[in-house]
Amino acid sequence: MDWKGRDVISIRDFSKEDIEFVLNVAERLEEELKEKGSLDYARGKILATLFFEPSTRTRLSFESAMHRLGGSVIGFSSASSTSVKKGESLADTIKTVEQYSDVIVIRHPMEGAARLAAEVAEIPVINAGDGSNQHPTQTLLDLYTIKHTFGKIDGLTIGLLGDLKYGRTVHSLAEALAFYDVELYLISPELLRMPKHIVDELREKGVKVHETTDLEGTIPELDVLYVTRIQRERFPDEEEYLKVKGSYQVNLSILKNAKESLKIMHPLPRVDEIHPEVDKSERALYFRQVFSGVPVRMALLGLTLGVL
Amino acid sequence: MPELKIEVIPEGTVIDHIPVGKWLKVVEILGLTKPNGGTLLIASNVPSKKLGRKDIVKVEGRYLSEEEVNKIALIAPMATVNIVKDYKIIEKFNVEIPDEIVGILRCPNPNCVSNHEYVVPKFKVESREPLKLRCHYCERTIEGDEILGNL
Ligand SMILES: [Zn+2]
Repeated sequence: MDWKGRDVISIRDFSKEDIEFVLNVAERLEEELKEKGSLDYARGKILATLFFEPSTRTRLSFESAMHRLGGSVIGFSSASSTSVKKGESLADTIKTVEQYSDVIVIRHPMEGAARLAAEVAEIPVINAGDGSNQHPTQTLLDLYTIKHTFGKIDGLTIGLLGDLKYGRTVHSLAEALAFYDVELYLISPELLRMPKHIVDELREKGVKVHETTDLEGTIPELDVLYVTRIQRERFPDEEEYLKVKGSYQVNLSILKNAKESLKIMHPLPRVDEIHPEVDKSERALYFRQVFSGVPVRMALLGLTLGVL
Repeated sequence: MPELKIEVIPEGTVIDHIPVGKWLKVVEILGLTKPNGGTLLIASNVPSKKLGRKDIVKVEGRYLSEEEVNKIALIAPMATVNIVKDYKIIEKFNVEIPDEIVGILRCPNPNCVSNHEYVVPKFKVESREPLKLRCHYCERTIEGDEILGNL
């Protein structure tokens, strides 16, 4: 696969080989970075970050990655400050910005916006979230974190907890995990179960899938518990939400029966689904996930720029 | 039940085995809502061995492009197309759904970029039976009535 000039739009465009390749490059960069402090592969290259809706964490992560590669960054972080408000088309914005830069990272409230941007632009485009559709770099950094922690992904039993119905993160993570020999526990309230077509797809691909509402009973089985936020506004009535909210708090007492090696992940931000007392335990991987975002995004930027 | 007699055309195309009520969509797809000189014969709710009931559209002096056949396939996957010359059927074939649907279907996702920017909507066929399409842009899949409603 020639990575130079390639767009990163959807995890669905990735083969297992692609994923493994990115994870390996990210690992190499993390090592190099540890040794040298900063790198200069992308010296003279400019990243444009086009955040049509604000997402400070994701933007900072990409900017940090580009700076650590020795490149520089231009961009904007909300539609209000751009000509978008004046009614300029996305295509025209992209055609303009690509005159100033070598790679574009786009976050946009509409689904498919990143795909459209990639079709318009001659330079590579990386999707940093398009509406409720895709956020492929999140999935890659999740996989990277698992691999970095366990040394492998195959053979693990992974629980996905919380809003499995609307959660973009867990959908693409589950789809990517289907490339591996994993067992999945889908733990959610009845109302927020993983969409049937995704469960069917996982089973078709040979993943052993269990659907359950019981977090406590499932915990002893797991190597990884991937927690997501349950959004209050999804629930038809408040009482229903409060019931669910209480039952799914991950705290030290619910972790009593867990394997010694169980790790907790979360795409952040969290509200109250993981008690802060868990943060200090060896199990907490969620800040490591944040860190993983940098080498993974460095790998994607460097590869698509053709400088690695 | 006696065979229903439907007037024959001297030359042109007969589209048979259209689901009941879908004849108008076929006529729209072929752009026959405007006068074009040729005769248009429509039979609706006709008894059919294959479908129970069916619609038939006959167009005089007109043959179909591949794109038109592909569009018809989306709303009438069981349809057969008969080419008529000198009052005789000289060719008959079944419609076939192509791998990609370009430009004829709108994405039902209101937040899809294809409904907001100047973009030709595009869908990949994920399955034919039942028909399931995936939007090239927002990646949402659509099935059944959602497809018919957005043609
Ligand atoms: Zn769409």
